Amino acid sequence: MKLTLKIWRQKNKNAHGEMKTYQVDHISDDMSFLEMIDVLNEELVEKNDDPVAFDHDCREGICGMCSMVINGQPHGPGKGITTCQLHMREFNDGDTIYIEPFRADAFPIIKDLVVDRSAFDRIQQAGGFISVNTSGNTIDANAIPVPKENADTAFDSATCIGCGACVAACKNSSAILFVSAKVSQFALLPQGELERKERALKMVEQMDKEGFGSCTNIGDCAAECPKEISLENIARLNREYISATIKSK
Amino acid sequence: MSSISIFLNSSVGKKVLMSLTGLFLMLFLVIHLLGNLQLLKHDDGYAFNTYAAFMTTNPLIKIVSWGTYFIIIIHAIRGISLERANRSNRTNKYVISNYHRSTHWTARKMGLLGAIILLFIVFHMSDFWWKYKFGETPWTKYTVELTTGNISSPEDVTGQGITKFTKYTDAANASEIVIAKDLYKKVVETFSNIFFVLFYAVSMLAIAFHLWHGFASSFQSLGINHKKYNPLIKGLGKAFSIIIPILFALIPIIMFFTHQ
Repeated sequence: MKLTLKIWRQKNKNAHGEMKTYQVDHISDDMSFLEMIDVLNEELVEKNDDPVAFDHDCREGICGMCSMVINGQPHGPGKGITTCQLHMREFNDGDTIYIEPFRADAFPIIKDLVVDRSAFDRIQQAGGFISVNTSGNTIDANAIPVPKENADTAFDSATCIGCGACVAACKNSSAILFVSAKVSQFALLPQGELERKERALKMVEQMDKEGFGSCTNIGDCAAECPKEISLENIARLNREYISATIKSK
Repeated sequence: MSSISIFLNSSVGKKVLMSLTGLFLMLFLVIHLLGNLQLLKHDDGYAFNTYAAFMTTNPLIKIVSWGTYFIIIIHAIRGISLERANRSNRTNKYVISNYHRSTHWTARKMGLLGAIILLFIVFHMSDFWWKYKFGETPWTKYTVELTTGNISSPEDVTGQGITKFTKYTDAANASEIVIAKDLYKKVVETFSNIFFVLFYAVSMLAIAFHLWHGFASSFQSLGINHKKYNPLIKGLGKAFSIIIPILFALIPIIMFFTHQ
């Protein structure tokens, strides 16, 4: 397979970026998208050129590191997959592929396709946790009865890998799908009860501080989410937030 | 900051406000439509003019009216600031932005549709509301026979010193006399012009598309999202966004053809 790649190149956060054109040849159908970029980078290194910087880690769709927007779609074509799970068989010989970073002011570009998603970490630190005694007398999680349906729904929310595709897909650069999944996974479990009110208030406050946009219920976030986190989570966050505001002192 | 102002300035609070004001305006549309449908009665505007007089003089309705204007302004101002703020969150735009998304385009164009509707409301208010309240509107006199309920052909009584809606019983002739501002005549005049008819009909399209997303979206913003009820909310939303604008648009179209 022979391909033309148009890739966003940007030296650093403050540098001016632009799309650059590259040709790659001998790409196998079975390669993953990231392996295809590995091939390009090897060629670039051999030519003493700067390789394309991109985020990646587990390469099996669970770490949330890989990002990039492929032909206008976060994580490229295909439903419910990350870029590392995308295979070259989805493309045709002679295709031109546009590769851009996730774009949002809250995700500043570090280099090329690598963006700074630490805003998500700060939102998590604001309330995405539960207080558990870890001083030797930890209670076994299974000792607390949880209805099966709640456990399943909480687990669905917990599958969010925090990759940021929701922000990249949203016209408003809203992070609400991510925040709603993180709030939901605890709101549905008895373990999350203790910090329930503060969690919703603080995580939304931090999300707004980080410069993400406001949700207008478009749904592109859920459509592009590699873990298919549903919009029900956003409705749950709205409920949690409204009720926390009413109950707050 | 108090918890209410924190709430209203938060991204969740902003959409809750859009949702609540939007739901109120949807209710207003229904009431407004029911009133307007009286334009189609074959009574030379008796029902409509009486209704218009009631709507502009009843103190309770007056309060609700000013409340409605206020809510339209809140919905518009909040909508504009939301759209502006959201646009500024991505300074570097995508190179490829023409990707065909699976979600409905109306959801992404609420700001534009809202702006069209706002322009329409400004025009609509200056066309009818302003003229009715402050402009030169003719006065008309209806004689209703009390025994049969028949309404005689209205008599133009403009310039006879009448300044307010009057209703009295003429016992000698067993009839009721109603003198009202003839807004009906103004509406007939406006809708005898094909360009106004088209303008009103096309503006209803903007409302239809705005509601296509807005109806179901306002429930989601309030946290009402349940597998069991979602099909009902979505179905109602689609029906509402088709039926209401079509009925509104039919009024000028029917009037254009029946008053040739």
